[in-house]
Amino acid sequence: MTAPGYFGRPVVKPPVWTWEVPLYFFVGGMAGMAAVVAAAAYLAAADPGLVRAAVWLAVGGSAVSTVLLVMDLGRPARFLNMLRVFKWRSPMSVGAWTLSAFGAHAGAAALLLEWIGPAAPPAEVVPFLRVLLWLALAGAAVYGAVLATYTGVLIGATVIPAWFSRHRGLPLHFGAAGLGSAAAALVLLGFDEPALVALGAAAAAVETGFGAWIEARRHGAADRALREGRSGWMLRSSGALAGPAALVLWLAGAAPWAAGVFLAGALLGRYGWMEAGRASGRDPEATFAAQQGG
Amino acid sequence: MAIGDGPAGTNQGEHDYAERGVTVGFFTDPTVCIGCKACEVACKEWNGVPAEEDDTWTGDSYDNTGALGASTWRHVKFLEQPERLGRQVAGPMGLAEAGEEAEDPFRWVFLSDVCKHCEHAGCLEACPTGSIVRTPTGAVYVQDDVCNGCGYCVVSCPFGVIDRRPEPLPGAGGAFKCTFCWDRQSSGRVPACAKACPTESIRFGPLDELREEAAGRVGELHARGVEDAAVYDPRDTSVGGTHAISLLLGDPEPWGQPPRPEVPTVRLAAAWTSAIATAAAAIAATFAAFLLA
Repeated sequence: MTAPGYFGRPVVKPPVWTWEVPLYFFVGGMAGMAAVVAAAAYLAAADPGLVRAAVWLAVGGSAVSTVLLVMDLGRPARFLNMLRVFKWRSPMSVGAWTLSAFGAHAGAAALLLEWIGPAAPPAEVVPFLRVLLWLALAGAAVYGAVLATYTGVLIGATVIPAWFSRHRGLPLHFGAAGLGSAAAALVLLGFDEPALVALGAAAAAVETGFGAWIEARRHGAADRALREGRSGWMLRSSGALAGPAALVLWLAGAAPWAAGVFLAGALLGRYGWMEAGRASGRDPEATFAAQQGG
Repeated sequence: MAIGDGPAGTNQGEHDYAERGVTVGFFTDPTVCIGCKACEVACKEWNGVPAEEDDTWTGDSYDNTGALGASTWRHVKFLEQPERLGRQVAGPMGLAEAGEEAEDPFRWVFLSDVCKHCEHAGCLEACPTGSIVRTPTGAVYVQDDVCNGCGYCVVSCPFGVIDRRPEPLPGAGGAFKCTFCWDRQSSGRVPACAKACPTESIRFGPLDELREEAAGRVGELHARGVEDAAVYDPRDTSVGGTHAISLLLGDPEPWGQPPRPEVPTVRLAAAWTSAIATAAAAIAATFAAFLLA
């Protein structure tokens, strides 16, 4: 017998998730970090247009995220069962609650922002609304930052070797991708604040470091899906786009180009990680290597 | 209790384990399995499990079932190994080519694989809806009317057991696996697979008794020259042992079993530390960028 394991059959099951989930990782990460940008911009009294755009990016992203997650369920009509219990040891449960809390806070912030601004409410309630707005923005920022990073925990705490071998790095990678995507999207919407450029460059720098770490610390057959085959190509090209390519463009002052390149890299990267999970889950040698310490 | 006890043994008679809350288990012994697949058939019939969509001839020995999954809750594995079975006398008419060493050790062994009903079950911990629960007899059970098909249990099972059932099969979209025949157990009956097994290769009973029986069986086999017999019941990893234990000959890998399975939740602390630190750093960096800019 030359096939590894039992007739070369997978030892664990590859993920059943389809195209909606990696797209959710991308949209949810961008939306979550957009709320962080909104809160910071509001506190710094930056361009009100930027605050408004960031809040609506967060709200729209949370709505799209919810739709994508419901679509991916095997039984979409039962999506509310996600909120039937809270299990802190299940990242899927924590994520469902985080997305709900995030959507509620971001939605409230958007409504308050529109009310205080264009709708011009009676002057005596404005201070009260401002406090509520600040609470909503702060909540959206905290839940948003968790929304952008928990997805790394979600796939890191599984039995898929290419994923769990990176369970410490993935939350950092996904968080940086989310922050960089939020900054990039706002730049492409026409806001050329220096703060956004600085955040975009910082995210691209973290992505560069993460890519270097993936290449430098290899786990042999256990995580070969990160380097070989289709998933290897997807992850390496996405790493080059969101990492060094975007960093150089940010530093060269070509902000819209940097933003576009970073967003393309971040989106491709989410699909790359999903593809790597499928390849790694199907590969019995990856499971054996991870457990034999090789 | 021993093999051949018939209706007097825990394997065939009625019981009250569910009422008394006794932790029960399976002990599957490949050295007496004849590969008849009566367990697969009994499981499908009793539980109304549909046929797979892609039934094919695999060419992998006599195994056309392939793997455990949403619609396969018992799976008989067929191993063809160039090994001696105990003190087996290998003849010259096996697979050896002309001119090669005439002696040609070869063994054909079978194992009825099943959900392990882990002590620390990855699927149960991962389930966000609370659909997956533990029964009073210690089994891991999917409540089909609660499952919304999120698929997270699928990538949380260290043994590749549970899976989401595809369209157009009945119950499509939900996650399915062995129920340990909870319906039969709760009314004092033995699980269908154990009931149907003609050689009592599948033993059912209180888990602590089965663990003793398995250890005794290994001793017996060693004495008979089957020196590579060992119990597969990963108790020294985070899985903490399984309720469906088995006996394996040689390494677990050729049997398609993970050598050192871990429940994925062992990585939660490190992964969440990284996530929270990243979230905090992102908030701090963003506020710094706007307040200093």
